Amino acid sequence: MRDALAEAILELGTKDRRIVVLGADTSVSIKTSLFGERFPERFFNVGIAESNMIGIASGLALAGKIPVVSTYSAFVPGKCLDQIRNAVAYPNLNVKIVSSHGGLTVGPDGASHQTIEDVAVMRAIPHMHVVIPADAPSARELILKAASTPGPFYMRLSRPNVATVHESTADLEIGKAALLRDGSDVTIVACGIMLSEAMIAAENLSQEGISAEIIDCHTVKPLDNATLGKSAAKTGAVITAEEHNIIGGLGGAVAEALSESRPVRIERVGVRDTFGESGEHSELLVKYGLTSREIAKAARRLVRGQSA
Amino acid sequence: MEQSQIPIGMLIQKAVKIRTHILEMVAEAKSGHPGGSLSAVEILVSLYFHKMRVDPKRPDWPDRDRFVLSKGHAAPVLFATLAEKGFIPTSELKTLRKLNSNLQGHPDLRVPGVEFPGGSLGIGLSAAIGMALAGKLDRRDSRVYALLGDGELDEGETWEAAMAAPKFKLDNLTAIVDRNGIQQDGLTEQIMPKEPVGYKWRAFNWHVLEVDGFDFRQIIDALDKAENMRNRPTVIIAHTVKGKGVSFMEWDPAYHGKAPDKDTVRKLVETMR
Repeated sequence: MRDALAEAILELGTKDRRIVVLGADTSVSIKTSLFGERFPERFFNVGIAESNMIGIASGLALAGKIPVVSTYSAFVPGKCLDQIRNAVAYPNLNVKIVSSHGGLTVGPDGASHQTIEDVAVMRAIPHMHVVIPADAPSARELILKAASTPGPFYMRLSRPNVATVHESTADLEIGKAALLRDGSDVTIVACGIMLSEAMIAAENLSQEGISAEIIDCHTVKPLDNATLGKSAAKTGAVITAEEHNIIGGLGGAVAEALSESRPVRIERVGVRDTFGESGEHSELLVKYGLTSREIAKAARRLVRGQSA
Repeated sequence: MEQSQIPIGMLIQKAVKIRTHILEMVAEAKSGHPGGSLSAVEILVSLYFHKMRVDPKRPDWPDRDRFVLSKGHAAPVLFATLAEKGFIPTSELKTLRKLNSNLQGHPDLRVPGVEFPGGSLGIGLSAAIGMALAGKLDRRDSRVYALLGDGELDEGETWEAAMAAPKFKLDNLTAIVDRNGIQQDGLTEQIMPKEPVGYKWRAFNWHVLEVDGFDFRQIIDALDKAENMRNRPTVIIAHTVKGKGVSFMEWDPAYHGKAPDKDTVRKLVETMR
């Protein structure tokens, strides 16, 4: 996904001179430094100063630039929520925050670097778009689409290489959930790396005669209520899956929306309101229940009418 | 411009009008921050009526100079100045802090001429750096001015920004510190000592100037020197008095965020005219 970010911003920077990129001493790691090598005049490394980075991005946007701001998601929004709220979201500025290493899968770095609350926090801020791509091709496409959509964005990327779930990405739109697999018994709404887990779960469930529909809800805000409601009406049961606390993220957003528009049974797969720890990312996904197995278990319970 | 060409009389008249507006606005609103608005009057008058290239008919003119009020609670002085300059009608000033008004408690972009929504302290210098970087990228001659409160110097982000501006050689950026000596809880040197303020900025590689913040000649001379400095940002430490112009407000921390009542203001305004 890091390569997707670097590719996307290089493409954007070539096409549009308004694109500027800001880094906070992590730009080599997340490869935005490649933009700096190509366009040194339009790349600003502010050092380990995330608040200042967002404030500078605000000023650049106020002067007509389109800043792409990027560092680890542990620090943006964590260390600069006030700047994001007051200097970016409130004035509705064209700042694209792309945070990398989101969720648990930074692995060995441990809980201080694992973000499980960023989506909840960013989603509650007016004007803010929240986007979590599932794989590298969709990340690239959604970054390009976000750059051409006015307003503030928070995009969260994951560190590990994830399986590609999108065969084509040209049709992806901000705010439009993508149907990845047709099904009739249960809907799995996922974002980020949990899409590939959802695909495995659906394959296994089909062998048991359970037909699962899969929706890539890459845009958590604004939420695509129409697509979600339509699928919930068809299957009558919804599972959300995310690399985030089950409080306030995709699960929270979907539960809020469907409880008003199309009440159905919902199970949320995600981190169960606890901090993470050091470990390999695959080990962490198993320990914290972020696997195809957990999704499939939830699907069986919903289809059989059992409680969690 | 030669010092002799500075229209001191006009600037003094503007300052009196703006002080009057500030008092009437906060009295009408029954809330707001008069103290730190009154201390910054001469600074804003020097900028808007002498130094800055702005056009009230074209608030979005790309080559304009930009003013960032980082100490956003001093919104009354900014709104009153914008009104005197012709960006907004003076009749609008009495809507400060009222429902459905454009004049929010803190600066808001919906007001023509407002460049940054300051309010949460510490962000404005960073935003001014962003504007200055954009000006350099676009090869514009325009300058960026940021007014910081001295209490605001407690904020860590101010020093993140102070470290960054010299790195980017932003000689098109001038920061001004309204050194009025008082923050919300009391005297700045008791709440969180700031001295030696000038040395701190010097240590961060800024071009540092100190002025009497009520002396137009000193303020304008410093602004000119800042403009002539190459490859370094300038900070002007403007020594002021919180609540300047109203004897019972001067040096009283209570008037950081307290509005005087209308009767008191009416009497005060009579003496000022």
